[in-house]
Amino acid sequence: MSNAMRISAPKTATRGEVIELKTLIQHDMESGYRLDSRGEVVPRKILEKFECFYNGEIIFQADFQRGIAANPFLTFYTKATESGTLRFKYTEETGKTFEESVEITVS
Amino acid sequence: MKYLAFGIGLVLSACGDSQTTRDAPAPMPLKSGTEFLTLETQALQADTFANPAMLWVDRGQTLFTKPVDMGMGIEKACADCHSETTRPLTQSAAHFPKLDEKSGALVNLEEQINLCRIRYQNTTALDYESQDLLALTAYTAHQSNGQAISVNATPKTQKNFENGKDYFFTKRGQMNFSCAQCHDENWGKKLRGDTISQGHGNGFPAYRLEWETIGSLHRRFADCDRGVRAQPLELGSETYTDLELYLAVRGNGLDIETPAIRR
Repeated sequence: MSNAMRISAPKTATRGEVIELKTLIQHDMESGYRLDSRGEVVPRKILEKFECFYNGEIIFQADFQRGIAANPFLTFYTKATESGTLRFKYTEETGKTFEESVEITVS
Repeated sequence: MKYLAFGIGLVLSACGDSQTTRDAPAPMPLKSGTEFLTLETQALQADTFANPAMLWVDRGQTLFTKPVDMGMGIEKACADCHSETTRPLTQSAAHFPKLDEKSGALVNLEEQINLCRIRYQNTTALDYESQDLLALTAYTAHQSNGQAISVNATPKTQKNFENGKDYFFTKRGQMNFSCAQCHDENWGKKLRGDTISQGHGNGFPAYRLEWETIGSLHRRFADCDRGVRAQPLELGSETYTDLELYLAVRGNGLDIETPAIRR
C-alpha cells in the first residue's frame, strides 16, 4: 500500500492569525528490532525527517527516531502571513520522499 | 405430575419468545469496546482526521470509485452499482454477516465484497487481510456508522449460529478458556493491565494499537485464540464467520463505529 498522507489546514485565514496544521502519514516505522515469523530481523526502515514549507520557507521540522510508532501524526501551529502554498515533506532514511501541498488564502 | 410438567412446558415456551436473548445471552448493559478505552484513545477514535484507520477509509474510497477492468473494454467500479440513490451502503454493515442466497453460504462484509468482485466486476477475489480488502471493508462499514446492529439467525443460518455459539462457549487451548469466560462472565474486570471488554465486533475493521495497523475481526479472533494458547483458525474460515454471526446477534443494538481504535 502506498504511503497515504492526510493534511488538515484551513483554506482561508486572516493575516496574523495562528493556524493549526495537522498531518498523518501511513508508514510502518519499522524499528529494526522486530523479528519476523522465521526469527530473522526485519530490516529497519523509518521516516527520519519531516519538514513543512510555507512558500518555500521552512516553518517547522522534526527528526524522527525509531521509538516513534507507525503512522506518525503531528500537530503544529504557524502564523498566517501571506497567501500561498504549504508543502508537507517526509523523508525516509532510504532517501525516498513523500510530499503533499495545500493552498491557503490569507486576507 | 402431568400438570406440573405441562406448567414447566408453558414457562419454557414463554421464555422461548425472546429468541435472541435465549439463544445469545448478551452481557447487560451492552457496552461497545470504546467504553473500555482510555479517554485519550476514545478521543483519537472520535477525531476523524487523527484516527489513523481513516488512512484505510481514504484508500477504500479511492478503490470504491476506481473502475476495474472486466475485459473486452468494459470497466466497472463499485460505485457504479452502489451510489447514493441505487443500492446505497449506508446500512449494510449493520446487517452482516448474512446469508448469500445464491450460494447458500453465510458471508461477512469482506466475503460479500469479494463476491461482488467475482460476480459483477469479473475479477479475482482479494486475499483476506490484504490491504485492499481491509480498505474496502473499512470504507464500506464506515458508511454505516451510527447504525444499530440488526442481525438475527434465520432458519437457513441457524446451523451457522449454533456453530458460532459452540465456538464461543467451548474451552480451548493450553489455558483452557472459552470466549464466554472472559467476555460474558468477567468483562469489566482486569486482565493484567487491561480491562476485559465484552468482545463485540461493532468497530471492525479496527486499528489496534498493538498491531499498529488496521485488522479484521477474524484477525482479532485469531489473536484471542493465541492468547489462550490455542491454535487459531485460518482468517476467513467458515467457523470464524459463524462466530461473527453469533457475536452480531449477541451485540444487536450496538452502533457500528468503524473504524474504531482498540488496544
